[in-house]
Amino acid sequence: MDGMRELYQQVILDHNKNPRNYGAMENPDSFAHGNNPLCGDTIDVFLRIGNGIVEAVQFEGAGCAICTSSASMMTEALTGKSEAEAEALFKSFHHALTDVAEPDDVPLGKLAVLLGVKDYPVRVKCATLAWHTFEAALKRVKNDVSTE
Amino acid sequence: MSDSQGTYDVEAVRSRFPIFSREVHGKPLCYLDSGASAQQPDVVIDTVSQLHSDQYSNVHRGVHTLSMESTQLYDGAREKVRAYLNANSLKEIIFTRGATESVNLVAQSYARPKLQAGDEILITHMEHHSNIVPWQLVCEQTGAVLKVVPINDRGELEMDAFYELLSERTKLVGLVHISNALGTVNPIEEVIESAHAKGIPVLVDGAQGAPHAPVDVQALDVDFYVFSGHKLYGPTGIGVLYGKESLLEAMPPYQGGGDMILSVRFEGTEYNTLPYRFEAGTPNISGAVGLGRAIDFVNEIGIEAIAVHEDALVAYATEQLSAIEEVTIIGTAEHRAGLVSFVIEGVHPHDIGTMLDSYGIAIRAGHHCAQPVMERFGIAATARASFGMYSTREEVDRLVDAVKKVIGMFA
Ligand SMILES: Cc1ncc(COP(=O)(O)O)c(C=O)c1O
Repeated sequence: MDGMRELYQQVILDHNKNPRNYGAMENPDSFAHGNNPLCGDTIDVFLRIGNGIVEAVQFEGAGCAICTSSASMMTEALTGKSEAEAEALFKSFHHALTDVAEPDDVPLGKLAVLLGVKDYPVRVKCATLAWHTFEAALKRVKNDVSTE
Repeated sequence: MSDSQGTYDVEAVRSRFPIFSREVHGKPLCYLDSGASAQQPDVVIDTVSQLHSDQYSNVHRGVHTLSMESTQLYDGAREKVRAYLNANSLKEIIFTRGATESVNLVAQSYARPKLQAGDEILITHMEHHSNIVPWQLVCEQTGAVLKVVPINDRGELEMDAFYELLSERTKLVGLVHISNALGTVNPIEEVIESAHAKGIPVLVDGAQGAPHAPVDVQALDVDFYVFSGHKLYGPTGIGVLYGKESLLEAMPPYQGGGDMILSVRFEGTEYNTLPYRFEAGTPNISGAVGLGRAIDFVNEIGIEAIAVHEDALVAYATEQLSAIEEVTIIGTAEHRAGLVSFVIEGVHPHDIGTMLDSYGIAIRAGHHCAQPVMERFGIAATARASFGMYSTREEVDRLVDAVKKVIGMFA
């Protein structure tokens, strides 16, 4: 049971029950759809970007507590970040979950509560799904920009 | 294995499965995932091990003692499968890698040469992916069309729709005997009879059927029946295709190679007789022998007795879980066997699965390779507790207690 409290920390349970920035965004600058073929979970991530800054992130989808809370916390962590900062945070979060340490990793702040998932390897994908989907949405903005 | 009163002695059965001596997270293992793979009894483990230490050699191609002994054991296993299904002939029992390969074999060797654009294959909405995708492939290859019999809210086949969909264009009906996602026991007798009335052959996916119900392929008059060894207390990597001799006889080989030939010349090759024509290459010898021993073991306990025992567990689990307000059972067909699928309001099945595991309880959480079923019920996944001959009421009690704790945690 201690392991369960470690994994499902109060913050996680709270974000799961009351996800922040939840719901589809009208006229997003970018959007991506992600899914976890293992469990069939799906998530949509919507972005508003202005002058290279992530102005707003919203998500929608059906996922487990890890997936939902990770997505919810992600939206809070990314809002107001520059694209470069957002990328750095994504990479650092990914590194931390896969036990890799890189010199340019940035502090995870509140996201650190999700690291308990490392002890449950099959669930790591649940924690990273929203982030990969965000990454895909961000790339799409850049591609759109670069093709102009 | 019954006591003097003739009642089912589950503890005696259970004691034959070495896995139950282990603990998970400090708790005795509570294994409610037999629908994915059943555990193996001591005799299966020992038989496979003994084969490797005493008799192991290739089959059908050696005059030396070990090869003859291996061949005898391998062919002996085929006879056990034949008897278990009450097939008419050994020629009708093809060893494959599993139910999946068996369906693919029928799709490619039976259906593909026959199908023309506009022909139809009729399956049901509750099939496992392994009884959907092989038909989609063959439809792509031939221009045939895949038709699907819908299911109702309880997870039963809509038989009226079945009769409407069954037409002159239907070239084969494929359906699951017992659904691995819902537990529904399908009226395969009725389906086979009405398909045959129109001259249409039927393939039954018995992956969950063979472990939970007596199967008599002659009484059923089924054309193809497939199952996997690992769900019938045997090893992985071995499965069975039963096919009527007359149908198999007319089918071209599925794969080419050794063992499936009589003679090979560059001008042309003469194929082997049944069943070997469909077993190209060195087969899974230890898998087949292990499966044969597993069937012996099932026969010692009695498949009817096992079914009665499991039915009582399904009923008990259904009753106990339904009594919990937040729990909804998915699949409430009148005839169900082997498992209970459920969801908890506000808790994702993955979280249920991880938390139950912390109590030493193994269940399956996910779409059970039956995504169309999940879609039909408007969910992404379920939690599934599935039973075997060794499952107990205490295990159901542990499940129910733990489910309540899950609700407490996430509420
Ligand atoms: C109903 C049903 N059909 C087919 C299969 C496929 O079996 P295998 O993966 O052993 O080929 C399964 C196993 O999950 C099943 O439950």
